[in-house]
Amino acid sequence: MKMTAAQAMAQCLKEENIKVVFGYPGAAICPFYDALLDTDIKHILVRHEANGGHEASGYARVSGRPAVCIATSGPGAVNLITAIATAYADSVGLICITGQVSRDQIGSDAFQEADITGSAEPFVKHSYLVSNAEDIPRIFKEAFYIAGSGRPGPVLIDVPMDVQKEIIDFSYPERAVIRSYKPTGKGNYLQVKRVYSALKESEKPLICIGGGVPSSGASEEIKRLARIMDIPVITTMMGISVFPDDDPLYFGMLGMHGVKSANRAVNECDTLFLVGARVGDRAVRTPLALERTTKIIHIDIDPAEIGKNIGVDHPLVGDAKAVLGQLLELAENDEQPKRGEWKARLASYRTERKFSPAVPGTVNPREFIERLSAEMPADTVICADVGQNQIWTCTGYRFKEGGKLITSGGMGTMGYALPAAIGAKLADPARQSVAICGDGAFQMSMMELATAVQNDIGVKLVVMTNMRLGMVRELQTNGYADRQTAVFLEGSPDIIKLAGAYGIKALRVNSSETMESAVNALAHEEGPLIVEVIVDKDFPTL
Amino acid sequence: MKHTISVLVENHSGVLSRISGLFSRRGFNIESLAVGPTQDPEVSRVTIIADGNEYTVEQIEKQLNKLIEVIKVKTLKTGECLARELLLVKVAAGADKRQEIMTICEIANAKVIDLTLNTMTLEVCDKYDHLKRFEQLIAPYGIIEMVRTGTIAIQKGSEVFAHKKQI
Repeated sequence: MKMTAAQAMAQCLKEENIKVVFGYPGAAICPFYDALLDTDIKHILVRHEANGGHEASGYARVSGRPAVCIATSGPGAVNLITAIATAYADSVGLICITGQVSRDQIGSDAFQEADITGSAEPFVKHSYLVSNAEDIPRIFKEAFYIAGSGRPGPVLIDVPMDVQKEIIDFSYPERAVIRSYKPTGKGNYLQVKRVYSALKESEKPLICIGGGVPSSGASEEIKRLARIMDIPVITTMMGISVFPDDDPLYFGMLGMHGVKSANRAVNECDTLFLVGARVGDRAVRTPLALERTTKIIHIDIDPAEIGKNIGVDHPLVGDAKAVLGQLLELAENDEQPKRGEWKARLASYRTERKFSPAVPGTVNPREFIERLSAEMPADTVICADVGQNQIWTCTGYRFKEGGKLITSGGMGTMGYALPAAIGAKLADPARQSVAICGDGAFQMSMMELATAVQNDIGVKLVVMTNMRLGMVRELQTNGYADRQTAVFLEGSPDIIKLAGAYGIKALRVNSSETMESAVNALAHEEGPLIVEVIVDKDFPTL
Repeated sequence: MKHTISVLVENHSGVLSRISGLFSRRGFNIESLAVGPTQDPEVSRVTIIADGNEYTVEQIEKQLNKLIEVIKVKTLKTGECLARELLLVKVAAGADKRQEIMTICEIANAKVIDLTLNTMTLEVCDKYDHLKRFEQLIAPYGIIEMVRTGTIAIQKGSEVFAHKKQI
């Protein structure tokens, strides 16, 4: 069928069953916007391109499929880079469509020209600069395949304006054929058997769940395997919410900001089974010491992650869901040892939560998180931002079966939570979606409140106000002789009034009573809703 | 330790910048990089000489393989491959030095490819170490300009490093 390349681009999105896109228009992407108008694809006008990318990221993480964000050439495209890098660090499938100046202008430093494929190169799984309009159907098919398969990641498609206007004969390919890209599915059978034996024979095994597990949709498989083989479980930040918090096998998040039971478990286990976890520096500070004392089994879909940060005894390349399925087959037909003593020992490392009384006029943020997790529905999507609030949320929120955490774990991008929560809410409007951020990060993406209002997106937002960039303040206190600088947020707007300006209901929490009513409102009222939680400026992260 | 890494890539624009960018951002040391077409016009072959231990080479191979347009990667073992590099060098040499330099060229298997009253331009194609020695021999005469291609390499014997044709 004959159509313009811009119409073809829109048609490709239809073929990929895309319902919602996040974007910001400009001259170089206008032909595509014009074509989108004739489809039933819902366009969400974001208030900044980076937030558009984060919204697509939240959408992708809830829907389990790559999501689409759009920007114009030059500044629009360059603004998108933070979101691309954030998605890349957390292996989130994005399709980023950017306009580009016309082909005859490329390289001439034309108005709003930027080499976006070049500048985004370190952060993309792949990128295309479309020079032939006829290639559009193939490129889109490939882009969706690459973004969503293997280790997911962002794929950038940069389309010059004159290309968008050309007429092509459209037909959408049934599958993408890329000879140099064949992601592994199942694991090598012999290696799977070795891994199984190593796990079974281990006296003190430990499973560490990373972001690869939720990403491959392997949550059920890992839970079954852990329960059948009676193996204790910890997670990285990216693996939180796969295991319900109250599960007797679950011992929390490891790492620099992790909980004691998880870190003791890592130190004392004899076999560490890493599933889709890349052993980042915040999770394991001294991998060399660990690999000397502990047998390491590592499943990852990306062969480059195996052996990169930690030496491995049993490497296993494959998709977590597929490989865990193979292990389950072996485990289900076999007698399993019970590991009561090992579990009891780890259980003795669990610490009881005690909430110190808050300074008058503030509340204990950890107590607030605890109360919030008690009231919210089990399937709530929690989007944690970056900083102290991230650690309070990640170690304090008691996720239930079916719950989900979304956070910028790898890149640590401030301002991620609110747009991600908006995207998450759109991907599954029936679920509650709550962003939790600090007053620093809030001001990096607060313009997205307009996006939520305009599109009637019932997102909930908790802002922890301590008038500080709290984690940096703490770093200066502990590491720089308390010489505090550039961490003071005085001058910030009154959040309740600001919410009023957007027409959003807002509540302030500064006492036990206001905490109860705010938690209730978060759990039961319709969004959008903002809750500002007043936190003491010196409240510690851990 | 030096390693010879052969990479087959799709002959697309931008591939080379993806490869060189990967090396710089991951902190891999690259000594030379040579690229050119193969018998298949759709495929180019890149030869990289990189410095590093076993861990580094394994990471280089794996990271290269992650690039979508990289078809195949192989580290060629020293002793099992034939490696060549081309050197062009312009030497300051008047009539009195010509004969001496030509003797060196003869022994070193180099050619004189251009001659003026006060310069000689020499060409030699050989292994990296051989070029290094030749350079040392010529240096005393005064090297005015020098250019090298970087090493390319192919496996010895009948074994072939190739890719499957696109279906």
